[in-house]
Amino acid sequence: MSAHKIELTVNGTARTAEVESRLLLVHLLREVFRLTGTHIGCDTTHCGACTVLLDGKPVKSCTVLAVQASGRQVMTVEGLEQAGKLHPIQEGFTEKHGLQCGYCTPGMMMTGFALLARNRKPTEQEIREAISGNLCRCTGYVNIVKAVQHAAERLQQGA
Amino acid sequence: MQPKTDAKICGMGHSMRRKEDPRLIRGQGHYVDDIQLPGMLYMDIVRSPFAHAKIKSIRTEAALKVPGVLAVITGETLAKYNLHWMPTLSADTQMVLPVEKVMYQSQEVAAVIATDRYAAADGVDAVEVDYEQLPVTVDPFKSLAPGAPVLRTDKKDKKDNLAFHWEAGNRAATDKVFAEAEVVVKQDLYVPRIHVASIETCGCVADFNAAEGKLTVYMTTQAPHAVRTVFALVAGHVGLSEERIRIVSPDIGGGFGGKVPVYPGYVIAVAASVVIGKPVKWIEDRMENLQADSFARDYHMRTELAAKKDGTMLALRIKTVADHGYTNASANPSKFPAGLFSICTGSYDLKQAFCEVDAAYTNKPPGGVAYRCSFRVTEAVHAIERITDVLAQELKMDPAALRMKNFIQPGQFPYKSVLGWEYDSGNYPAALQLAMDKMGYAALRKEQAEKRARGELMGIGICSFTEIVGAGPSKDFDILGLKMFDSAEIRVHPTGKAIARLGTKSQGQGHETTYAQIVAEELGIPASDVQVEEGDTDTAPYGLGTYASRSTPTSGAACAMAARRLREKARKIAAHLLEVSEEDLVWEPGKFSVKGAPQKSKTIQEVVFAAYTNYPKGMEPGFEASSYYDPPNLTFPFGSYICVVDIDRGTGAVKVRRFLAVDDCGNIINPMIVDGQIHGGLTQGLAPALFEEMTYDEAGNNQAGSFMDYLLPTAMETPHWETDKTVTPCPHHPLGAKGVGESATVGAPPAIANAVVDALAHLGVRNIDIPITPEKVWKILHEKGVAE
Repeated sequence: MSAHKIELTVNGTARTAEVESRLLLVHLLREVFRLTGTHIGCDTTHCGACTVLLDGKPVKSCTVLAVQASGRQVMTVEGLEQAGKLHPIQEGFTEKHGLQCGYCTPGMMMTGFALLARNRKPTEQEIREAISGNLCRCTGYVNIVKAVQHAAERLQQGA
Repeated sequence: MQPKTDAKICGMGHSMRRKEDPRLIRGQGHYVDDIQLPGMLYMDIVRSPFAHAKIKSIRTEAALKVPGVLAVITGETLAKYNLHWMPTLSADTQMVLPVEKVMYQSQEVAAVIATDRYAAADGVDAVEVDYEQLPVTVDPFKSLAPGAPVLRTDKKDKKDNLAFHWEAGNRAATDKVFAEAEVVVKQDLYVPRIHVASIETCGCVADFNAAEGKLTVYMTTQAPHAVRTVFALVAGHVGLSEERIRIVSPDIGGGFGGKVPVYPGYVIAVAASVVIGKPVKWIEDRMENLQADSFARDYHMRTELAAKKDGTMLALRIKTVADHGYTNASANPSKFPAGLFSICTGSYDLKQAFCEVDAAYTNKPPGGVAYRCSFRVTEAVHAIERITDVLAQELKMDPAALRMKNFIQPGQFPYKSVLGWEYDSGNYPAALQLAMDKMGYAALRKEQAEKRARGELMGIGICSFTEIVGAGPSKDFDILGLKMFDSAEIRVHPTGKAIARLGTKSQGQGHETTYAQIVAEELGIPASDVQVEEGDTDTAPYGLGTYASRSTPTSGAACAMAARRLREKARKIAAHLLEVSEEDLVWEPGKFSVKGAPQKSKTIQEVVFAAYTNYPKGMEPGFEASSYYDPPNLTFPFGSYICVVDIDRGTGAVKVRRFLAVDDCGNIINPMIVDGQIHGGLTQGLAPALFEEMTYDEAGNNQAGSFMDYLLPTAMETPHWETDKTVTPCPHHPLGAKGVGESATVGAPPAIANAVVDALAHLGVRNIDIPITPEKVWKILHEKGVAE
């Protein structure tokens, strides 16, 4: 198994690692960098629990190789809070009861974050479409939609 | 209900924001796969490709040469310690690893231990197993037919494939009512095999410390204390006695019943850690989770209802064939092998009923656990709510009117059902009327008639369910002999801040918040000052865990009782501090004051401080109490749901246009959390109604073993749920609460199925088995010549 030296930026910090070709990005993040907020829920790119942003776009890190992230920007749930201030998407999830067991939540929030970056005023239907690659077994999605709407309002107010 | 406490104390009735959220929204939860211990090894499992096969040989040499692989564990390895079989929660037996044969596809065959998860997976690929295939039985009816090959050849003298027979009610009296009835309707109903598919799969880290002789297992379990006892019973003979076992259930990524059983993977990881002396992590992947972990449901119910021509319902008769897979691994109370199925008379005042279940062994994974449902209640409610609609159709009556005519009336509570349950409280007509008013039922019927005239297919479905939760009273309820009480322990520190520990274990239900609110309600200590802990068997009091909507009815009650004991002690201390007699004190949340002199008062915090610094002579110092609560009865939440569907005549797809859930779970602790529980439950009711089913081909191959084929509803299929409530307090629970986690999962499927059948009823359709897929509807549309 060949090893590769990779350099990438994770949540704004430059990181390097020596990885096997087959190492998945999610395992690099969780087991090498110990950023365990990104979760694993399936093996077929369906559940979205492992969603992170790669150069600003949501990807499912269980089907991205660590080497593919070399030279790129990765953002995980741990990068949402800035200087002790929660991001409005985090605030929205707790305020609107958008999480129960919390397992899908980091992936949901990253998808919601990416949606709001490209669409400041999404409709309910647009939110539902955006999160349709993220499965939640606890909430029934209604409050997740409200959480994203809450974040959109807060961002429009300049939060 | 108006809260008794202010927002600062935040007792019952406040939608307090959850105390568990700050860590979870930061990605700082502590799930089992987040644990990394020094020297930790990884385990992966070799699984059978066949549903029934003899194991001729297992060759491990190649696997042991894979870099990083340290050991391969087989049934033979475990047999040396007599650990290759274990008991199920239903006192049947289950293989940990097979020695002779495998009984279902994806059954565990061997385990590879390696230095990392990739090496372990390589090792699994390199293990060579020779199988000799055996005839496969997948159909429970064929399995029970005379002359079928006997599957459980391990059971000496077993001559058939009957796992058990169970019945309730008076067969002869019921048959008599049926023989004399003016109207009898009969319908075969199938509630399919489904899987909880919590987004976090199952797993553990087993850590045996040889120097201390102590085993710690971090594991995804909803019932850590019961698991500790089971481990001690299974492995006591190899030195693992109960005081040397610590089970820690960390944050759990959804449970829904699937994390109640003890799966072979846990036991193998424990054995590996004990033998190797290092921590061993096992985390199953999604396909293993779907293919090998416990299923739910799989009930074939021949359902019959006898009635008068005027719609008076008289008697119910149900004969069920249940597919239990290769072993009865249901997590049911031992007196109730078919769970609480005998709630099947539902919300109606039936004078006779008889139901029976024949449980069959087949070559499928074991289970019969809940899927967010308390012990087979979903099946029972599906039967009664579907057959009620069949009767309405037969009599050309409105299904709402038929229900109203037959409801148990508010004045009849406590109500003794013909199958023996004592319903605690209810007001069924009020719930249905509220749902009808809110949905504009009459207008919907008018719209449906107009649409029907135009050839459009719209349906309205009702379900008025009665739940039965909170197991349970010790006279009837135990699992493997352990009575189903639950517990709470509250310790208040000198500065008035508290920690409460409970015997249950949250998997997302928000216990850290609701239990704190119970303490706040009873003691007036702000909920924000109360820390709640569960899941560590070394610190939490013994309890049977969280499933079957039992946490609020059992541990919630224990929490209130323990707090009330503390309040009595507080009263004595306050009397001492204020130099008055106890009778002269008035309690309001957070404060005792002197009758007629309200300026003379002591806060709960002052009283608690005195419990450590200035307590009355003869009183024990400190401020803590515990309660082990044995509930006097079960609780009976209920509700009425109305669903409106539109059917696409081109594709057969069903769209849930509106869905209103009116729930009554008694008094409410946190309305926000209750609403969240109902939303989630509804979605897990929608799932089997329209999408989810675990199917097998004739060879026993699982056909829904990944999220490619097993369809969980996404945000696109899930409607915008509407909720409302009535409040009928539970008369025997100290807080008047009933539990709510599963009501919606129980109530939603028949509401949806009834709506779809209602949309097609004028074409002569009487039933469609769930899941109602576009394919099933499309076929009907073509058969009836109404496809577009």
